[in-house]
Amino acid sequence: MLSIKNLHASVEGKEILKGINLEIKAGEVHAIMGPNGSGKSTLSQVLAGNEAFEVTEGEVTLNGENLLELETEERAREGIFLAFQYPVEIPGVSNLQFLRTAVNAMRQHKGEGEMNAAEFMKLAKDVSKQVDLDPAFLKRGVNEGFSGGEKKRNEVMQALLLQPKLAILDETDSGLDIDALQVVSNGVNALRAEDRAILMVTHYQRLLNHIVPDYVHVLAGGRIVKSGGRELALELEERGYGWLGIKDEEAANSAN
Amino acid sequence: MATTDKEVNELIKREYEHGFITEIESDTFEPGLNEDVIARLSAIKKEPEWMLEWRLKAYRRWLEMDEPDWAHVGYPKVDYNSISYYSAPKRKEDMPQSLDEVDPELLKTYEKLGIPLHEREKLAGVAVDAVFDSVSVATTFKEPLAKAGVIFCSISEAVRDYPELVQKYLGTVVPHGDNFFAALNSAVFSDGTFVYVPKGVRCPMELSTYFRINAANTGQFERTLIIAEDSSYVSYLEGCTAPMRDENQLHAAVVELVALDDAQIKYSTVQNWYPGDENGKGGIFNFVTKRGACIGKNSKISWTQVETGSAVTWKYPSCVLRGDNSVGEFYSVALTNNFQQADTGTKMIHLGKNTSSTIISKGISAGKSSNAYRGLVKFGPGAEGARNFTQCDSLLIGDRCGAHTFPYIESKNKSAIVEHEATTSKVSDEQMFLCRQRGIEPEQAVSMIVNGFCKEVFKELPMEFAVEAGKLLEVSLEGSVG
Repeated sequence: MLSIKNLHASVEGKEILKGINLEIKAGEVHAIMGPNGSGKSTLSQVLAGNEAFEVTEGEVTLNGENLLELETEERAREGIFLAFQYPVEIPGVSNLQFLRTAVNAMRQHKGEGEMNAAEFMKLAKDVSKQVDLDPAFLKRGVNEGFSGGEKKRNEVMQALLLQPKLAILDETDSGLDIDALQVVSNGVNALRAEDRAILMVTHYQRLLNHIVPDYVHVLAGGRIVKSGGRELALELEERGYGWLGIKDEEAANSAN
Repeated sequence: MATTDKEVNELIKREYEHGFITEIESDTFEPGLNEDVIARLSAIKKEPEWMLEWRLKAYRRWLEMDEPDWAHVGYPKVDYNSISYYSAPKRKEDMPQSLDEVDPELLKTYEKLGIPLHEREKLAGVAVDAVFDSVSVATTFKEPLAKAGVIFCSISEAVRDYPELVQKYLGTVVPHGDNFFAALNSAVFSDGTFVYVPKGVRCPMELSTYFRINAANTGQFERTLIIAEDSSYVSYLEGCTAPMRDENQLHAAVVELVALDDAQIKYSTVQNWYPGDENGKGGIFNFVTKRGACIGKNSKISWTQVETGSAVTWKYPSCVLRGDNSVGEFYSVALTNNFQQADTGTKMIHLGKNTSSTIISKGISAGKSSNAYRGLVKFGPGAEGARNFTQCDSLLIGDRCGAHTFPYIESKNKSAIVEHEATTSKVSDEQMFLCRQRGIEPEQAVSMIVNGFCKEVFKELPMEFAVEAGKLLEVSLEGSVG
C-alpha cells in the first residue's frame, strides 16, 4: 500500500530524514520507535504533506500513485490520515461543523452525496461513544479548551469517522494516563482492518502492549537502523537504544 | 511559514461581484459646492424654508471646519468642488406612485443585487427602501406598515409629509456642526430613510434600506432618522454596494436613532461598498457618523455591523445612554484586504444611572490592509452603577497587514465598572494544515476559521442576513489562499 524509497527531507535547510525505506501492506500495523530528534514526527508530517518540510530526494507511493505530487488535502482524500501529536485549536468553529465539512469533502471526492446535518449528527454521536467522548464535545470549538487526553481521543474519533486507508498516529499515547491510554487504544484497535494500514509513531513501548504491531522499526539519525517484529520493542524496553549503537548519535542530535 | 501566507493571501483575492454600472439617464448637478447648489437641491426636493435654512447653517459651519486627520488612515485629499452633490435617475413624473412606474432598469439593478422590489418577489417579511445615488427609488410594504402605524419612507418624503416629527428630532443626536463630515452631510444630504414607530408598537417586519452608488464623480450623502416611541421595537438593516470605478467616491452619511422609554432599536449594517482593486486603485471613502440616543429609561440601542467594503472607512456607531438603565451594544466585524484601511469602533457615553454597554469588535486584516479599532467608553458624573464590557479581537491573515487598537476610557464616576479584553491572533499554518489534512480545501478552511472568529457578532444579525454576512466574508476573502 505505502512504499517509501530513499526518502530525504529537511526543514529550514537542515536534513532530518536521510534515506528512509519502508514498505507497508494493507492490514498491517507498523510501529516506529526511536529517541528524541530521530525524525519520527518529521516522517509523519512529510507523509501528510506539511509544507514546512522539503523533500529533497526519494519517492513515496500510495497504491502505486506518487504521493509527493499531491497537495495536503488531496493526500487526505486519497486516504492518508494524521492524528496530530499537538492538535491545534480553531476557536468558534464547532467540532461538528469541522468534522462534517471534512467528511463531506471526502464524500464529494468519492462521488458520494453530502451528508445532511441530522445524518451526520447521528454518525458523529455513535463514533464519539467509541472513544468515550461526551457528545457535548461535538458542539464545542475544535480542540477549544480540551484537555490533552480529550484532544487525543478527538483525533482518534476523527480517524474513525474518516475511515482512512493509512492512519498515521503521531505520539498518540503521549500525555495519557493509563485509563485514557486504554480508551484510545480501543479506538485504534477498532480501526484495524484488512484494507487499512496503521503507522504508529511512539516513544514508549507501553502503547504496544495495547495495540500490538506486526512490525517494529527503530529510527535514529534520520534512518531506519533496525526492523523486527513485536519482540524488538520489548527488547528496546529492556536494553534501551544503546545496544543498537545509536546512543552517541542521539546525544549528538540533542546537542545540536 | 511563507508558503502558507502566500496561499492565504491568494485566497483573499476575489472579484467584487457588485461592480457593474447601470446604464441609465440621470439628472446630475455640475460638480461644485456653494450656497446656490444647496438652494437648488432643496428646491428640487420641494423642501420647506426651515429645511433650507438648516442646510445653509450647516454649510456655513462646515466652511469653518477642518477635515479630521486623527484617524489611523491615509488617503489623497478630497477636492470637495470636484464632486457632484446630486444625481438622480431621470423619470417622467416627479415621484413614482407605485412600483410599476419605477424604471425597469432600476428594478433590474436591484434584482441583480439580490433585492427584488416587485410586489410578487419581495423579500418575505422585509420591507425595503431602495436608495439609488441621491434619491429613494422605491419603498416596499408601505401599506401593511402604515396599518401598524409605522412610518417607513424616504427622508425627503418625511420632510414634506411629517415636518413636525423631522423638525423635532433631526440634528438632536448628531448636531449639524458635530464634525466635518456630519456638517457636510447636513448641508447636502440628498436622501435616506425615515422610520417612526409609535408608542407600544412592535414593528411587524424587518425594515431595510439598500444603498447603491451608481453615477461617476458623485458623492452619496444619505441621512437616516429612526424614532422609536415608548415601549416600541424596530429592527433595521442597511446594505450598500457600488460599481467598480478607478476614482475614489465619497460616501458621507449621518444616521440618528432616538429611543424613548422602554424602546428598543436594533440597527444592522452589511457594508460592501466597492473596496478598490488589488492595487488599491479606486473604492469608496466611507466617512460616516452614526449615533443613537437612549433618551428614555430602560431603552436599548444595538448596533451590529459587518464592514467588508470601502477603500477607507471612518465610522463609529455610538450610543448616548441618557435614560436610567438604558443599554447600548456594539457588535462589529470589520474585514480589510489588499490596500483597504478601516478605522472603526464606537463611543459609549454613559450619562444615566445603571446604564450598561457591551462592545464586541472583531477585526480581520489580510493583504496589505490596515484595520484599527477605536473606542471611547465615557462615564459622566451621574452614571451611578454604570458598567461596560469591551472585547476587541484582531485576526491577522498573512504578514503584511496591520491591526491596531485604540481604546479610550474616561470616568467621572467612581462606581462605574469597566472591563476590557483584547486579543490578537493569526490564521496559523497549524490550523491550515489541520484543516487540509482532513481533506478541506484551503479556501474553505480560511473561510471556516474566519467565520468561527466572527461567530459572536454574526449571531446578533437578523437570521436572514447572518447567512448573507457569512457568504460575504467568504467572497471578500477569496484569493487569500492559493
